[in-house]
Amino acid sequence: MVPEPAAAPLKVVRKRHYGRWCSALVALAVVALMIDSMVRNPNFEWEVVARNLTSDSILAGVGMTIELTFISVVFGFAGGIVLALMRLSANPVLVAVSWTYTWLFRAVPMLVQLFLWYNIAALYPRLALSIPGLGELWSAPTNSVISPFSAAVIALVMHQAAYAAEIVRAGILGVNAGQHDAAQALGLTPFQGFRRVVLPQAMRTILPPAGNEVIGQLKTTAVVSVIALQDLLYSAQIIYQRTYEVIPLLMVATIWYMAMTTLLSIGQFMIERHYGRGAAQQSAMSWQWLARGALPRSGARR
Amino acid sequence: MSAAIEISRVSKSFGFTRVLDDVSLAIPEGSVCVVLGPSGSGKSTLLRCVNHLESVDAGTIEVGGELIGYRRDGDRLHELSARAVARQRARIGMVFQHFNLFLHRTVIENLIEAPLLVRRESKAVAIARAQRLLAQVGLADRAAAWPRELSGGQQQRIAIARALAMEPEVMLFDEPTSALDPELVGDVLQVMKSLARSGMTMMVVTHEIGFAREVADQIVFMDQGRIIESGPPSQVLDAPRHERTSAFLSTVL
Repeated sequence: MVPEPAAAPLKVVRKRHYGRWCSALVALAVVALMIDSMVRNPNFEWEVVARNLTSDSILAGVGMTIELTFISVVFGFAGGIVLALMRLSANPVLVAVSWTYTWLFRAVPMLVQLFLWYNIAALYPRLALSIPGLGELWSAPTNSVISPFSAAVIALVMHQAAYAAEIVRAGILGVNAGQHDAAQALGLTPFQGFRRVVLPQAMRTILPPAGNEVIGQLKTTAVVSVIALQDLLYSAQIIYQRTYEVIPLLMVATIWYMAMTTLLSIGQFMIERHYGRGAAQQSAMSWQWLARGALPRSGARR
Repeated sequence: MSAAIEISRVSKSFGFTRVLDDVSLAIPEGSVCVVLGPSGSGKSTLLRCVNHLESVDAGTIEVGGELIGYRRDGDRLHELSARAVARQRARIGMVFQHFNLFLHRTVIENLIEAPLLVRRESKAVAIARAQRLLAQVGLADRAAAWPRELSGGQQQRIAIARALAMEPEVMLFDEPTSALDPELVGDVLQVMKSLARSGMTMMVVTHEIGFAREVADQIVFMDQGRIIESGPPSQVLDAPRHERTSAFLSTVL
């Protein structure tokens, strides 16, 4: 067929996605029903939740949870970077040590590690620092050094370092070897090349699983309640053991965990955007994408 | 004329594979040497040995009269520290097949990174030179672009400018046009030709026979880790003495 001469530009009529509208309505209805049941069910005892949400002991527990998370993430990732560099080094002994560390601390459950560190005095009753020829410089009974807090910190940091090492290693391996070559060819030292060229690009692949790991670690800290360290969960438990208001106090803890996780997610989003410099189009905010796809387009908008 | 690059009796193996076998080559100052050969003949490895991205098993390489990667002490060669090798590499520019621009830096940041870090130049000096070099490669308007926004040909011209920003004595090119779409090759070769005319000492691994004929002072043909033929383009390209050379030329021409 021959096209008509000088035809008016053809108008594209977008397909209407009725299925998307229906499924969205069903999903919203289910969510509304769930919220309704939670608000109207008296067993949640929301007034008890409100009364305890900002009580002193709960806030102290929140502080302890934040402290444990912060310490274990900072020292855990610092150790993880060292372990990853050892694993990628040319020194076979360092490679083996790093591999063994990661294997060991991923193999032993967190809860078991916590008990082991807490009871380390059973294995080593005294801790001492001595140098051959100078004699003993310092010594102390292990039980005076190991408190619930120090046992928790040691266990959480050691555990975190093993997981962080694998995340950092994957990130470094993900950077094209040519980037390293180019840095070297320009006269950068290996350290400069790592810090200025490889690591910033590795950060892009490190950050999403690292963010996951930090959020996971925030909740993993709840295991310290088993050695009577007063974190958020244990503080809530102390109260409900006295008042029997179990569910409302668990809701208090849940609300705080959710609030902290939300803050961490926002932080992760902003850090990822910073390190996304120069990357191909980052995933756009997905709700905007959904809205664009689902809503019928007006003719004026392209 | 003194030799800017002097390779003497270099051998290298990867495991049991001998990739360089007693290779000697002198490239006079201000001249262009094109290295031809089938893939796997060791030409890229030879190039990477010149700035010590690969270390040699035997033999020596000198650039501007300075032994690369080692310090001579009587009849012993002591391996240099990473820092000392880095200082030597700062005088040797290199351009890669896959450009290897720093993807987390803009074009201008790519050009000033090494001058700031290695030469400890002020930002104003580094940026001024970078802008001059961008104009020289015809990309003055792309200073703020990200590497991923550029075509392969543009990226390779930026990579050449980045190497020149260190004001090197010699330039190494490792198949600079092999990863490019055919219509983008010309722009890159144009930049390399004007660089050659400006008197830069260049060692170029390539399959661009036309470029070799036009620009090279010396052509070296490698096969199985050896230099089997070398001479001016008229001799190596038009009257090859070795049958491997003529067989190779008939496949690429």
